[in-house]
Amino acid sequence: MDESLRHRLSHALTKAQADYAEIRLEESQSTRIVYRGQELEDISHALSFGGNVRALVRGGWGFICFDGLDELPSKMELATAQARLVGKESTRFVPVEPVVAETAPWLKRDPDAVALAEKKRLLDEYNEVIWGTPNIQTSGISYSQARRKVILANSEGSYIEQSRTDVTLRITAVARKDGQVQQATLSLGSLGDYEAISGLHGQVEELARRAVALLNAPQLKGGEYTVVLDPVLAGIFAHEAFGHLSESDFVYENQRLKELMVLGRRFGGQHLNIVDDPTLPGLRGSYEYDDEGTPARKSYLIREGVLVGRLHSRETAAKLGEAPTGHARALDYRHPPLVRMSNTFIEPGQLPFSELIADIKEGVYAKNWYGGTTSMEMFTFSAGEAYMIRHGQIAELLKPVVLTGNVFTTLANIDAIGNDLEMNQGGGCGKGDQVPLPVSSGSPHIRIRRCVVGGG
Amino acid sequence: MEEILKRAKRVASEAEVYEVSYEETPVVFEANRLKQLQTSQGTTVALRLIREGRLGFATASGEVDPQKLVDMAVETSRFGTPARFRFPDPDAYPPIEVWDAEVEKVSLEAMTGLGESLIAQVRGHAPELVCQCHIIRAVATRRLLNSQGGHAVYKRSVFSVELTGTLVRDTDMLFVSDVQSSCHPIQEVAGMAQTIREQLELSRRQARVSSGQMPVIFTPRGVASALIMPLTLAINGKVVLQGASPLANRLGEVVFDERLSLRDDATIPFRPHSRPCDDEGTPSRPIVLVERGMPAGFLYDLQTAAQAGASSTGSGLRSGGGMPSPSASALVLEEGEAGFHDMVRDMKEGLVVEQLMGAGQGNVLGGEFSGNVLLGYKVERGEIVGRVKDTMVSGNIYKALREIIAVGDRASWVGGALLAPHIYCARLAVATKG
Repeated sequence: MDESLRHRLSHALTKAQADYAEIRLEESQSTRIVYRGQELEDISHALSFGGNVRALVRGGWGFICFDGLDELPSKMELATAQARLVGKESTRFVPVEPVVAETAPWLKRDPDAVALAEKKRLLDEYNEVIWGTPNIQTSGISYSQARRKVILANSEGSYIEQSRTDVTLRITAVARKDGQVQQATLSLGSLGDYEAISGLHGQVEELARRAVALLNAPQLKGGEYTVVLDPVLAGIFAHEAFGHLSESDFVYENQRLKELMVLGRRFGGQHLNIVDDPTLPGLRGSYEYDDEGTPARKSYLIREGVLVGRLHSRETAAKLGEAPTGHARALDYRHPPLVRMSNTFIEPGQLPFSELIADIKEGVYAKNWYGGTTSMEMFTFSAGEAYMIRHGQIAELLKPVVLTGNVFTTLANIDAIGNDLEMNQGGGCGKGDQVPLPVSSGSPHIRIRRCVVGGG
Repeated sequence: MEEILKRAKRVASEAEVYEVSYEETPVVFEANRLKQLQTSQGTTVALRLIREGRLGFATASGEVDPQKLVDMAVETSRFGTPARFRFPDPDAYPPIEVWDAEVEKVSLEAMTGLGESLIAQVRGHAPELVCQCHIIRAVATRRLLNSQGGHAVYKRSVFSVELTGTLVRDTDMLFVSDVQSSCHPIQEVAGMAQTIREQLELSRRQARVSSGQMPVIFTPRGVASALIMPLTLAINGKVVLQGASPLANRLGEVVFDERLSLRDDATIPFRPHSRPCDDEGTPSRPIVLVERGMPAGFLYDLQTAAQAGASSTGSGLRSGGGMPSPSASALVLEEGEAGFHDMVRDMKEGLVVEQLMGAGQGNVLGGEFSGNVLLGYKVERGEIVGRVKDTMVSGNIYKALREIIAVGDRASWVGGALLAPHIYCARLAVATKG
């Protein structure tokens, strides 16, 4: 810990005539490798240093972001003056026990310790696998790694230094025939482990073959179906459809939503448990302290089908009279923290996959992530891979499908939960203009009755 | 910048330094009340060099050590792609106006007042509406220097107002919104308030729709949320070069309805995406992409143009200071001749779509779109009868934009990136509950 920097930040914080103030500094180093087709389109390094000060006065916030450490005290004064202009009520902000801590980064095979040449060689191999598949038109590979150190100092005396390295890999294979273009995508990621994106040759080959197979796959007729989601897609569902609704900054100022999201309300069957847990070790959404210095903790959102909790910042917790959960997260120093998810998942139940599909006469088995979005009430998410289910068996491959629904009805329509929980690390979460925030999501296989699937 | 270029020239045959400095002040309203004032400042520098024929690239935000930036770019150049182009020589740029000094002078009080006035006007109509509103003033300076002596510098001011209102009735949620942006300060928000009041009025009742094929009118916002993403990919020179664009090798062939014409235009004065040159120093000019239903051109940056045997169209843009890549600035879809109300009157049974959520998640490259109607209305016998919910609209632009019934006679801006009229599609797949 750099004591002179710590002293400098504490000094600047004394200039805040505010109910609460904080300084957040961030240093990052990142590398990108992007292929478009057989050509290496972008190989680059980026360095970044910056920070912000945030002040809270009578319920109003001031926020100044900068990219140099000069004149911190005057920036603190300016943020306070801004907050003073806004604040017209009283501050409600849950106090948190001050912490002085330096957390060690979670590293298995440190991506920074792998030479650029080795990374390029691995990606070249994946690209060759795709191009070695007949009828492939082109490919896309995008690798990124970012090492980030964040220091948070606040007016309550906390000083927390946290480091992490985030890795992502997205591989796309594109097939084309007679003007028709189809694609298949693989998204992966890890917290501090290069191995997570190594040795994927078999999966990449399967991906390329699927892109080609999609050219001849039939289009599903749109309508209502019994749908079985794989762990990846069910995790996206938990994140998109329910997770965002649990973010209290959306609820806390809206009386109608407070009534709708009242704790104790039943959302699903006894078998349904949804959790958000930043304390799980080694996942992309994991951390020890959030960006307001609140220690991370596991939160049940739904327990036995009933709404029992939600995600909080210190402000939303105070306004709703609940305990802070450690979910105030900022994308980077350019942004103030928002209430965000971490690792969100549906807890496993009892059923093996074969039993989940056994009594489905005609349904859809949707796998893999393509994308997802929500308006809180309505959600859509697209499957990277979909098959018909006929008479309890997985049948033909379908062209990609998009699923949609009303979250409240759909949660209630989950009638079976598998026993095979898996976490997916390939996603990045967006909220406002803060995207992509590293998160993970997961689930066992789940079955949903009467789900609307868009088709041709 | 000069120091970085000097050091880079010592180790590279050619080099280019790009710098963007910005200051942005958002005023944030949450739940109808002023919540936060914010000021963000920053500078990002990017170095691109050509060394032993290969491209190297590095960027830095905050304080930059010039030698470190050069070293990082040199490291990546060992693996970089072969450069097929030279950085541009000094050039004369068209005088495109994107700077209004008045933007910087708009006071926080005036911005706050504007937000309060807009929220009051909208809530006067619907007191239960919970509004989020962002009023943003921003100024940015972009500078470019290269080893050929090429140099460009311009300042751009942007002012924007965005309002999203949420209306919750039990488990039913309605979202209404509008956004306006300009290089001038925005002083008048009555038009935005009117747009949002209309959305609320049309959504007062709910209407049922059944699954099947039916005609759909996309409003300009609907066009932006459903149809533009596949088009934007298809006209990208890089995608074309890979053969992944369904428009590749189809220049001059009638692919879309003849009433469809599209250009990318970064030369419209005082628009937030306009500019005298792109981020590589190529002068801006309007680029015709689709002429009366026929693909007429694609967007290129320097490298892609050289690979394709074409010239840069001045479309090399950087996101977040990164490597330039062909990108659209402000797409303009030509107006047609039909009035919106005449289109509705023409429709026996169908939909008007204002916003399709999640439409860009599927096989966008293949032209497909499929999304949930976040805001849209049912039309019965020539009249809008109410809002639809739990409904998906799906299609493929290569079919949908060939089977157009009409193109609207009044284009409007959707944010800074699209100027579009209404588009009336003959038949799209609609899926719904029940």
